[in-house]
Amino acid sequence: MKFRTLISTALCAAVTIVSCSRDPEIIPETTAEDLVFKVPQGFPAPVYTFQNNEVTLAGFILGRELFYDPLLSRDNTISCGSCHQQGVAFAHAEHGLSHGVDGLLGTRNAPGLFNLAWHYTFMHDGGVNHLESQPLAPIENPVEMDETVANVIAKLNASQKYKKMFKDAFGDDSITTQRMTRAFSQFQGMMVSADSKYDKYMRGETQLSQQEMNGLATFRSKCASCHTEPLFTDRFFHNNGLAPDPTIMDPGRMMITGLVADSLKFATPSLRNIAVTGPYMHDGRYQTLQQCLDHYTSPLYQSATLDPLLTSGIPLTAQEKADLSAFLSTLTDWTFINDPKFREQ
Amino acid sequence: MRIIGVVFAFLVFWIGGCKKDPIPVPPPIINPDSVPNNPPPPPPPTGNAVLLNFEHMVGSNQLIADGQLRYQTAAGDSFSVELFKYYISNIVFTDDNGNEWAEPESYHLIDHADTNSMKVYVRNMPAGNYVSVRWMIGVDSARNVSGTQTGALDPSNAMFWSWQTGYIMAKLEGKSPASTTVQNMIIFHVGGFAAPYASQRNVNPSFNAQQAVVTSTSVPKVDVTTNVLEWFTSPNNIQFNTLSVVTAPDADAMIIADNYADMFNVAGITN
Repeated sequence: MKFRTLISTALCAAVTIVSCSRDPEIIPETTAEDLVFKVPQGFPAPVYTFQNNEVTLAGFILGRELFYDPLLSRDNTISCGSCHQQGVAFAHAEHGLSHGVDGLLGTRNAPGLFNLAWHYTFMHDGGVNHLESQPLAPIENPVEMDETVANVIAKLNASQKYKKMFKDAFGDDSITTQRMTRAFSQFQGMMVSADSKYDKYMRGETQLSQQEMNGLATFRSKCASCHTEPLFTDRFFHNNGLAPDPTIMDPGRMMITGLVADSLKFATPSLRNIAVTGPYMHDGRYQTLQQCLDHYTSPLYQSATLDPLLTSGIPLTAQEKADLSAFLSTLTDWTFINDPKFREQ
Repeated sequence: MRIIGVVFAFLVFWIGGCKKDPIPVPPPIINPDSVPNNPPPPPPPTGNAVLLNFEHMVGSNQLIADGQLRYQTAAGDSFSVELFKYYISNIVFTDDNGNEWAEPESYHLIDHADTNSMKVYVRNMPAGNYVSVRWMIGVDSARNVSGTQTGALDPSNAMFWSWQTGYIMAKLEGKSPASTTVQNMIIFHVGGFAAPYASQRNVNPSFNAQQAVVTSTSVPKVDVTTNVLEWFTSPNNIQFNTLSVVTAPDADAMIIADNYADMFNVAGITN
């Protein structure tokens, strides 16, 4: 009896070890060498230059800790990482709209996060004008984290762990909004995605297939005026002919500028990593890339602010759509998606 | 039977051991007094400084921000005040030789609920006989576009719009029976830093031919009154049944900013 118990104990222990060992894979430790900010070949000068906020190992690690910490939310349930998941280039997998505290639903799709240092504005309506100011918006949004900045700072101050991390990052354990958001900017500013198959092709390191090449040619003649290389966004705002969702009635950029001329305009999203960042559009209404391409060949919602280039949509044959899909898949950057330094530790 | 029990026990242990802690930790209880965002002010200076001593008035009455319907606008609407705070920035003094002196890092948040904040010590001034002063109500556009700031400009002071980057330049909240907003609230969060809705206003309340004499051993006191009634009169007569809420940079914010641009008065100077 005792023997049988022993055997079963050993068996279970073995099962436990085997099953557990698959889960916590060893994440390579981030080192200072991983944290050199490089402007990729062909990229414009970055907007965020880390002025007064040089990336350090301790600052980056603090930013990462904050990014994955639900402490930022009112009831300590929602972190940035809840809706920005690395496996899908920091978009929200299978969520057209995301849910915040108390299961409350937002009205806009969580975009992928990468190449943020090149952006003049943030959010679909461009309401945030600085990388450092960006984290304050989801913290205070009532349907996202619904917390006050003052209370986040108070919670951080009550944590011995964070007191030490702020000291390591900034020299003393004073915890301020500025330091918190600068740590965020170190982590998020380092999110550079420029190692997709397309990038390797541009650097002469690999070839694209014939279909991908055809897709690139179609892209350049029919899409690139807004989705401009190499960022694959012109960083402006456009009305791309989506009928306003009557349950949301999102005015887009007009909400920020108050200008009727900005009605229904939204920030041009980058097409980098587009194959993995669905659902698509500012309200996540399309599940597939095919639906997005079909949108531009269907009758568009006519309004005074519809982009002049889209008054009659974009003519695309079925073959061109297939080629475009093939090309857009070359924009997925697996190096970035698998980069251990951005992973929750 | 016993083996099944052991296996079950391990299974429970195994599941528990591998899963990440899913139990939300209750938020820590925060004692507001322990929040170190606003460190205690440094001791008053003994020289080379001016004290701008603010007093908040509603017409000829001192402001009591207790939510009681104590006051009346020029248009005849009675109202209460529950919250009143505003930024003054970019303070510049001019002496009797015409020399201007600008306070560095000149950002002050004046909050009726915090009496310390109503005594603004302008420090490290050169000695001189100062004949005039000017400042901005609000925060200059540069600090609205330069990322997160510290001190008076820390976004945790609840004078910052996170969804549309920018400072709330001045804030007044209360109630009026004339307001048709829920709970008869009147909410004026005036902001916007860029055209066409730039809400900063430059003011230069007159010293009335008096001087503030600054020496290495003197700190003249300039008594400044801030009149809440000015928010609702001249050039725009406000009636709360037509305007009771401003919470974005827009034309209504400009109307209020134009009104309160003359809310300051220098009541006297004590050298």
